[in-house]
Amino acid sequence: MEHYYFDNAATTPVSASVVQAMTAVLANDFGNASSTHSFGRRAHDLLDQSRRTIAQSINAASVDEVIFTSGGTESDNTAIMSTAAAYGDRGHHIITTAIEHPAVLQTMARLEKQGFEVTYLPVDQLGYVTAAQVAQALRPDTILVSIMMGNNEIGTIEPIKEIGALLADRPVVFHTDAVQAYGVLPIDVQALNVDFLSVSGHKLHGPKGVGFLYAKNGVKLVPFMNGGEQEHKRRAGTENIPGIVGLAQAVRDLDGPNKATKQANLLALKQAVLKELAQAQVDYHINGPEPMDSLPHVLNLWFPGLPTNLALTNLDLRGFAVSGGSACTAGSLEPSHVLTALYGANAAEISESLRISFGSENTLAQAQALGQALVTVVSDYLGH
Amino acid sequence: MDNSKTRVVVGMSGGVDSSVTALLLKEQGYDVIGVFMKNWDDTTDSGVCTATEDYEDVARVANQIGIPYYSIDFEKEYWNRVFEYFLDEYRHNRTPNPDVMCNKEIKFKSFLDYALALNADYIAMGHYAQLRRDQDGTVHLLRGADDNKDQTYFLNTLSQAQLQKVMFPIGHLRKPEVRAIAEKAGLYTARKKDSTGVCFIGERDFKKFLKEFLPAQPGAMRTPAGELKGQHDGLMYYTIGQRSGLGIGGSSDSSEPWFVVGKDMASNTLIVDQGFNNPRLFATSLSAVKLSFVAGAAPATEFHATAKFRYRQKDVGVTVKLDPTEPTNAEVIFDEPVRAITPGQAVVFYNNEECLGGGTIDVAYDHTKVLQYV
Repeated sequence: MEHYYFDNAATTPVSASVVQAMTAVLANDFGNASSTHSFGRRAHDLLDQSRRTIAQSINAASVDEVIFTSGGTESDNTAIMSTAAAYGDRGHHIITTAIEHPAVLQTMARLEKQGFEVTYLPVDQLGYVTAAQVAQALRPDTILVSIMMGNNEIGTIEPIKEIGALLADRPVVFHTDAVQAYGVLPIDVQALNVDFLSVSGHKLHGPKGVGFLYAKNGVKLVPFMNGGEQEHKRRAGTENIPGIVGLAQAVRDLDGPNKATKQANLLALKQAVLKELAQAQVDYHINGPEPMDSLPHVLNLWFPGLPTNLALTNLDLRGFAVSGGSACTAGSLEPSHVLTALYGANAAEISESLRISFGSENTLAQAQALGQALVTVVSDYLGH
Repeated sequence: MDNSKTRVVVGMSGGVDSSVTALLLKEQGYDVIGVFMKNWDDTTDSGVCTATEDYEDVARVANQIGIPYYSIDFEKEYWNRVFEYFLDEYRHNRTPNPDVMCNKEIKFKSFLDYALALNADYIAMGHYAQLRRDQDGTVHLLRGADDNKDQTYFLNTLSQAQLQKVMFPIGHLRKPEVRAIAEKAGLYTARKKDSTGVCFIGERDFKKFLKEFLPAQPGAMRTPAGELKGQHDGLMYYTIGQRSGLGIGGSSDSSEPWFVVGKDMASNTLIVDQGFNNPRLFATSLSAVKLSFVAGAAPATEFHATAKFRYRQKDVGVTVKLDPTEPTNAEVIFDEPVRAITPGQAVVFYNNEECLGGGTIDVAYDHTKVLQYV
């Protein structure tokens, strides 16, 4: 049986160029970047090159604004916990949205227990928040706004630039989780006016266990990890050079016109699946914005009457990997907080939706095969 | 025989029995899929969901065997069709059997439907029971080969339609043999302790559990003659014939221990008397309701069979007389008196090794006298 992977918002296959770059480092460059001998200098050079590549990719004003971390979760945790620690004397109010990733929401929950007050902005039926909502929620004691750039479940792209402009002349730290958006959207941190931006390597065909946090010069940063003086005393722990080199390679692969090409290819895959469904006259609805407006790799569909769990299992048994949201530790699906925020807790969409997420490895033929498999699964179940 | 085109969905609990069930089917070449059923939300205040460990074991074993595995949530169905029944029976001071109901409504209904929607030809369970299929397609439910473990008592409500789609691959084995197979295959669950008690209560204190859902109504504990012997915590906590928990000791009149011999709901009185073999504990017949037969119908309107009134009890000879006007009701007359017949439990009929079906015990009688058990 052929296996097709359509769960790229969960993680992506590592590209050949990344494997090659990392393998070379693992084989040859084991040095500790903090060491003062030749081995250390070599590692340090790899670290510098990687940092420059990444800083350029987001138009950071300085290469030192890029801090390597273990991934999106650590980047989110660092940005939020650091701001609470560094600016807690100025106020205890934070603004975020109801549809953030758990790495943000759970960190907020922890801060609430520590006495912070968190405003969870509601979203509309497509998953959007507006700069006006943020403006309305702002208080004199607001110290942080954390709003994701692109939603991992439904692909909504939030108005980060507008919110950044709103906050530009206010003493409020602005963090955005760009874990899903970075690989598919052009990002200019100066134009966006963000203070912190989180990115993860394994969503971009890079390795797991590595990511970065953009931290604007001048914004205070209290380290999340304590120990050695790596990353300018902002993130302790010996640098994961092979991972960082792999991440940088993945970023390089998106250079120049590559990101725009990738975007167009992903959109074509999305359209191909939808075309199959439309041709077979399957009853479906898109959760989130229209395909053209959302993250090009994310497609969330509601099939009325088809339980998510059954759809997932039937697709998996046919070799197609898609997602139905996050699973409880006992394997059963938890109701999605994102779909709940869109439709309310009792909506049918919550237990009858699937997330399909595309990657560079997917071909048009695969997308068509997925569309046909969906048609079979839906009509098999709703037909009997 | 080529079994590779036959898809079997195995209900995997994370225990050794269902692990070996899946293993044997895989060895026989079937297209095997493991599915873990989550029937109860036992997430604690600290957010730990205790089904996690069992599901982890399913994952480990399924990977060892080389089969895909999934999890399915039947919490809503279980609550509505099993737990509500369970509470309702306790509200009426009867002693329900949630395992029988779980088989009837969840494992062999909701789960079967789910498996069929995965294009399964059969579901398989790690029950100690056996099936015999006739040429004409009739399925007979037979006791498990391990006398000690036979689970047909809990399967008595199953119909032909259900059993057509069922396999019990370990029913011909004894428990030590099942363990030995698991051990030999190196399965993670080979030495896992058997689960005890009702699934949703687990190792918890039963009284405390019930108290969360039903108000306890304490009352008087009296002898049949009306002598006050103490207080009880609520009639629902007591089962006919039980000794422990009476809280009576060192009485001067006799050293014989005390037992629950009756309940008077009207006055909320628990009736207690002395002696394990107290005559008030012995019934000569019972009336049963909600009868069903595996074959689809009773062998005759009146027939002799053996019966079990609780799990793991020795069979007793009985004569079953169906109610001519309401054939799902019957009078069951015992060949010899039986101790502690418990309303709410199942009465299950056998013809030698074959489980014929059963019903729910409604009222126990000592000849013509109704025993005041509820």
